[in-house]
Amino acid sequence: MSEQTINHEGQLRRVLAALRRDPLALTGSLVLVVLVVVGVGGSWLAPSGINEVNVDQMLQPPSWAHPFGTDELGRDVLSRVMVAARVSLQVGLVSVGIALVVGATLGLFAGYYRGWLDNVLMRCMDVLFAFPVLLLAVAIVAVLGPGLVTAMVAIGVVYTPIFARVTRAGVLSVREQVFVRAAVSVGASDLRIMRRHVLPNIAAPLIVQTSLSLAFAILSEAALSFLGLGVQPPDPAWGRMLFDGRGFVTDAWWLGFFPGAAIFLTVLAFNLVGDALRDVLDPRQLTVSEARRSTA
Amino acid sequence: MARFVIRRLLQSAVVLLGVTLVVFLLLQLVPGDPVRVALGTRFDPQTYEALRARAGLDQPLVVQYFDYLRRALTGDLGVSFRSGRPVTAIVLERLPATLSLAVTAVVFAMAVAFPLGIVSAIRSGSLVDHAARVFSQFGVSVPDFWMGIMGILLFSGVLGWLPPSGYVALTEDPGRWASHVALPAATVGLVTASILTRFIRSSMLEVLSEDYVRTAEAKGLRTRVVVLRHVLRNALIPVVTVVAVQLASLLGGVIVIEVLFAWPGIGRLTYDAVAARDYPVLQGAVLLVAALFLLVNLLVDILYARLDPRITVK
Repeated sequence: MSEQTINHEGQLRRVLAALRRDPLALTGSLVLVVLVVVGVGGSWLAPSGINEVNVDQMLQPPSWAHPFGTDELGRDVLSRVMVAARVSLQVGLVSVGIALVVGATLGLFAGYYRGWLDNVLMRCMDVLFAFPVLLLAVAIVAVLGPGLVTAMVAIGVVYTPIFARVTRAGVLSVREQVFVRAAVSVGASDLRIMRRHVLPNIAAPLIVQTSLSLAFAILSEAALSFLGLGVQPPDPAWGRMLFDGRGFVTDAWWLGFFPGAAIFLTVLAFNLVGDALRDVLDPRQLTVSEARRSTA
Repeated sequence: MARFVIRRLLQSAVVLLGVTLVVFLLLQLVPGDPVRVALGTRFDPQTYEALRARAGLDQPLVVQYFDYLRRALTGDLGVSFRSGRPVTAIVLERLPATLSLAVTAVVFAMAVAFPLGIVSAIRSGSLVDHAARVFSQFGVSVPDFWMGIMGILLFSGVLGWLPPSGYVALTEDPGRWASHVALPAATVGLVTASILTRFIRSSMLEVLSEDYVRTAEAKGLRTRVVVLRHVLRNALIPVVTVVAVQLASLLGGVIVIEVLFAWPGIGRLTYDAVAARDYPVLQGAVLLVAALFLLVNLLVDILYARLDPRITVK
């Protein structure tokens, strides 16, 4: 068992202990567990079919039969909210996964090799940073065509620069450390040094950024769905449900309330866990508000 | 200072060049022929040929880009595929609506965030501080369009105080403008306020722990004087940046809020252009917003360097 693995296990224990100690982070973690269960088993757990139209039950207020009420087509809102959790999680995970892999790779090469490569890559990231997040995502989806996959790609692209910057900043400090210079002097290849020595030492800020970005990605997906650029009907998405329900909101408050509350709770849970992870792993990193400002 | 300004100007120029390239390439990413896609069922060979020629799509890609760049520099962003009107005019027409919403939202945010952030830092650990932290966590997690919908439900549906949507120009009827802007501005403003509150609080806390603040307190100055004369002046320097960056991002059009409240600004224009597949208008709106964003960031950096000379040294 290498020393590195032991350190990682120690860090994992520290993270879990910190999450258990912080009541807000614990609540956030529990919400996320429930969300994953609902996301994975939504179709089986949902009390009704998501597209079961029932004209006799149109715009029914919350009741025992329909705890979140019914929509303008008589469909059960609770079932649709539950099944839509999968879409939010899926888009969040895949888009942040894209941003993490692409951004961290670019940041790793830029920070490690410096010079012209660093200049070119970071100027490209500056260009992407010059666009407000949602505007760029809307423009990308607009040209590629609306849908789940394009929404994931668009959100992935707009969050790539933040990962590139966080990674590069970490690499710049790690590459000057004695153990990296020692690895160079014994003839280790650049790729090996990056993989074995640099990456594990910049994992903490990347984990924190991933957790916070998941919250922003879910908000972005909800906004794209609200604009009709995400998941297409009749499949449910929280943002789309809000958009469809906005015309009835003064007569049927539940159509506007429950899908929005689901987005809020999910994003809040990711933010609470992200904040707690930051406090344990990387206390110098930005707070959620500051991170959001830097990606706005 | 002069060297810093020149360096920042050159950096911004390079980024702006990259922005024009990205915006130009957007049209190239459209699967198939963008003019044909845009015309859809209204296809007519004459209009099609005219629009293609006007957009320069019959030229090689490199020629197209430099032509686009040359025209953009002179303020010509092409013509709308839908109306045939110049894109620059269409985009600029929408600017006042977005500007009035963004400025009102930022003023609202500052009115909420400054007292809350300052009191929360001075009385760190108090009930107000806890309330401020809950508020800022709420603000960064809540979807603004959900808050907008809940606002419509409460202030329009239940109380009947404010109109649910629509726009009246400030110059036309200031009273009706105010009643229409209140809900969207408060919606956007609350999210901005939560970000600002957290920033003001942490900036104040940082300055409060400085030696010169302790000195001021030690020589017997009243808390009010210490806070106003020594803490606020220094703590607010970085806050200026945040306020300006927030304003810049709101100028980019809060697309979802403008769509929800039928507010005819840049965001709504972008949404309509997407729905109508009017790519030149989409490109024009995105380019203008990104250029504005860059300009505000540049001005903020220069202002910041003037307020805090250590920046130019860094």
